[in-house]
Amino acid sequence: MRILVLFAHPAQRKSSINTAMAARARAVDGVTFVDLYAEYPRFSIDVDREQRRLIEHDVIVFQFPVFWYSTPALLKQWQDLVLEYGFAYGPQGKKLAGKLTLACITTGGSRSDYAEDGGNRRVVEHFLYPLEQTAILCGMEYLPPFVLYSANHLDDAGAQHHIQSYPRLLTALREERLDLSSVRLMPTFGSFDLTDLVRD
Amino acid sequence: MEGLAFYALCYLAAAVLAVIVSQRIGLGSVVGYIAAGVLIGPVFQISVAGSGYLEQFSEFGIIMMLFLIGLEIDPQMVWRLRDKLLGLGGLQVVATIAAVTAAGIGLSFSWQQSLLFGFVAALSSTAIVLQTLEEKGLLRSDGGQASFAVLLFQDLAVIPMLACIPLIAGSGHGASSGHGGAAVLADLPGWISAILTLAAVGVIVAAAHFLSRPVFRTIALLGLREVFTAAALLVVVGITVLMSAVGLSPALGAFLGGVVLANSEFKHELQNDIEPFKGLLLGLFFMTIGAKIDPAILLANWLTVAAATLGLIAIKALVLLPLAWFFRVRGPAGWLFTLGLAQAGEFGFVLLTIGEDRELLSSTTVSVSVLIITFSMVLTPLLFALSNRIVVMLEIRGPQHRDADQPEEGTVILAGVGRFGQIINRMLLADGYKPVVLDYRADVVDNVRKFGVKSFFGDAGRPDLLESAGLAHATLLIVAIDDPDRATEIVAYARRSNPGIQIIARAYDRLHHYKLADAGANHIVREMFDGSVQAAGMALESLGMHPYEVQKRKTVFVEQDTAGLSRMAGLVDVDTPAANNPDFVAGFNDIGKVIENAMMGYRSGYEEMVARGWNAPDASSIHVPRSVEPDRPS
Ligand SMILES: Cc1cc2nc3c(=O)[nH]c(=O)nc-3n(C[C@H](O)[C@H](O)[C@H](O)COP(=O)(O)O)c2cc1C
Repeated sequence: MRILVLFAHPAQRKSSINTAMAARARAVDGVTFVDLYAEYPRFSIDVDREQRRLIEHDVIVFQFPVFWYSTPALLKQWQDLVLEYGFAYGPQGKKLAGKLTLACITTGGSRSDYAEDGGNRRVVEHFLYPLEQTAILCGMEYLPPFVLYSANHLDDAGAQHHIQSYPRLLTALREERLDLSSVRLMPTFGSFDLTDLVRD
Repeated sequence: MEGLAFYALCYLAAAVLAVIVSQRIGLGSVVGYIAAGVLIGPVFQISVAGSGYLEQFSEFGIIMMLFLIGLEIDPQMVWRLRDKLLGLGGLQVVATIAAVTAAGIGLSFSWQQSLLFGFVAALSSTAIVLQTLEEKGLLRSDGGQASFAVLLFQDLAVIPMLACIPLIAGSGHGASSGHGGAAVLADLPGWISAILTLAAVGVIVAAAHFLSRPVFRTIALLGLREVFTAAALLVVVGITVLMSAVGLSPALGAFLGGVVLANSEFKHELQNDIEPFKGLLLGLFFMTIGAKIDPAILLANWLTVAAATLGLIAIKALVLLPLAWFFRVRGPAGWLFTLGLAQAGEFGFVLLTIGEDRELLSSTTVSVSVLIITFSMVLTPLLFALSNRIVVMLEIRGPQHRDADQPEEGTVILAGVGRFGQIINRMLLADGYKPVVLDYRADVVDNVRKFGVKSFFGDAGRPDLLESAGLAHATLLIVAIDDPDRATEIVAYARRSNPGIQIIARAYDRLHHYKLADAGANHIVREMFDGSVQAAGMALESLGMHPYEVQKRKTVFVEQDTAGLSRMAGLVDVDTPAANNPDFVAGFNDIGKVIENAMMGYRSGYEEMVARGWNAPDASSIHVPRSVEPDRPS
């Protein structure tokens, strides 16, 4: 499958996790990696080019840190501009139908924060509901998100594990070695689930 | 060695001093050089003692100037100016020669002498006029363009004049043009030397065309800068020697060489290499002219000199004015053209020197003539000032003398559509606004008109023009001209005339920004600022910084700089130069303080501003209220 990674992080100098993940993803063969903030520093998104990219790929990966329970601003701008009526939805739209989408996110909150009785009062996937419904409206399949909790309070080993797992995930997706039927059954998944999910 | 060093010291010191003084009082560098010559002339006896050597040397200045003029000849520009060049220039030269020759014969000189005077008088000073026009930013105005065309024609006309002098002088003696070269042909009859002359010209053209490129390319490949300079000088000196050998003006040869090389890919390198030598040697040339001003001769002939100088200027102006009118160079442009070109020029010195060598003129006559030319040149700045006064007087007398168009009214007035205004105009048009455009260049106006824009020819600084463009009812005035003083005047006038209008103005620099603000502009754009910030951003990106990071830094920089600009506004006294204003200098430490500090290496403030935002929370410090029931709608 052809993989497109749309990466959004406005402060990469301060990023401890996402930039390292991005660097790995960029190096994966056969993956189109797009740093949205690098390509559109003035937020003037080239809609035609983005739509062409979407059409040319089968899996759309959104990689971003969760900021205020949502996507960074440019990724929201990207959705507003690129997913046009007549292209992504509407009677003549549906050009994206059948594609897969996958959100690869990092959160500051811990797994226990993201629980009904935790500080955030919801599980993390609830906060991604707008993204999920957007994908569904466009006829795409929305996979459970690939999540890294407590992104600011990881020990070295934990961080490295996630950073190494990310390119593994992308490669497995590309080579169709990711067990999608199992993934679909999970609410979310993380780097420690990959051993079971990736077929050799 | 000691003598030479001392000589150089005197020359350079006098030149530097006199030019600084002369520039300061607005007379331009040429007058300064001549004054320096007058000063050191009697002291060092340049005109008497080893002057020949120095003079020969200095004439390289003229030669190089012609070489550079040749290089500058841009076929397209010449083509665009062809009517003015041939018609206006040709008629000017012919009519002036005729008038002065007649006057000379009337004053009982021989016809040959009178004709030579005619030649001298027909030429204006390319060096002075072009430099003055450039300094005043008028070179691209209609009057400036017409002047340029005529000067170019005159420079070309020098060539047949130079060839003519041996013919009218008959078989005179002496080396032509005093370069001390072996004048092989000096004793031959005039017509033979004329033929050989043409052959020599052919040699230069052919050599420049076929030989120069391979040679320059080889040298360029060597990558030795100074060898290229040496080669460039070699071209000029080589031409000089060859031309002197056949008894022809080296200046002519150099000009031809320049024209042939104008299309070469080495044009700019040649220009850069020769330019400083030309400047210095031309200065030396003007100084030797000054040194030739013999106070004794001046005292003995001061009446003649004064009368002839005024007569010369009067004749030239009387020829120029009707011609200008006839060629539709009217109003302010016409006056600029007429008075700007009313002096005699540096080539006059060359022609006179040859005339003396050919025994056509006595040395006293030459000295007096040199004085006349010199004084007419010295008066040039005054003539420019006079043309300005006349224009102002015409304006005051009222609108019946308007030659500019009568603009129609509009809600947006755009003054100036040069590189700056053009962009504004295009964007306004693209967004459906049709501004009324004013510019003093007729061709630009015609161009803009093609897009259906109401564009009008005329100086936007003229109140009547602004008024008829609808200043009283307009909602917006954009002042996009490149002349800072003029821009300030326009803003001030517009603000007085229509207090409610929005004014956007183009500022030359910080100080001009304040002047415009004082004059009443609402929005001010520093002309270079945004472009420079873009380039700085590209620099950071090229150095590997993330584009969005660059974007943030640019934003902070612009905000800080702009904030600094307005913080400083209170401290600025627009009439004192910034460097002399203690408040300003003191306050400069305050301006964009953060950036200035960052530039000095104390980056913390700047980094903080750039880095503010997207700071990851420290999880232990977040207290999410768990027990509190959130207020949710319904
Ligand atoms: C402006 C901002 C808002 C944030 N909002 C949230 C949030 O709503 N929920 C959360 O779990 N973490 C939040 N965080 C923490 C980030 O998700 C966390 O710092 C990031 O995922 C770490 O990845 P990085 O090191 O690649 O930047 C926020 C961080 C910032 C800077």
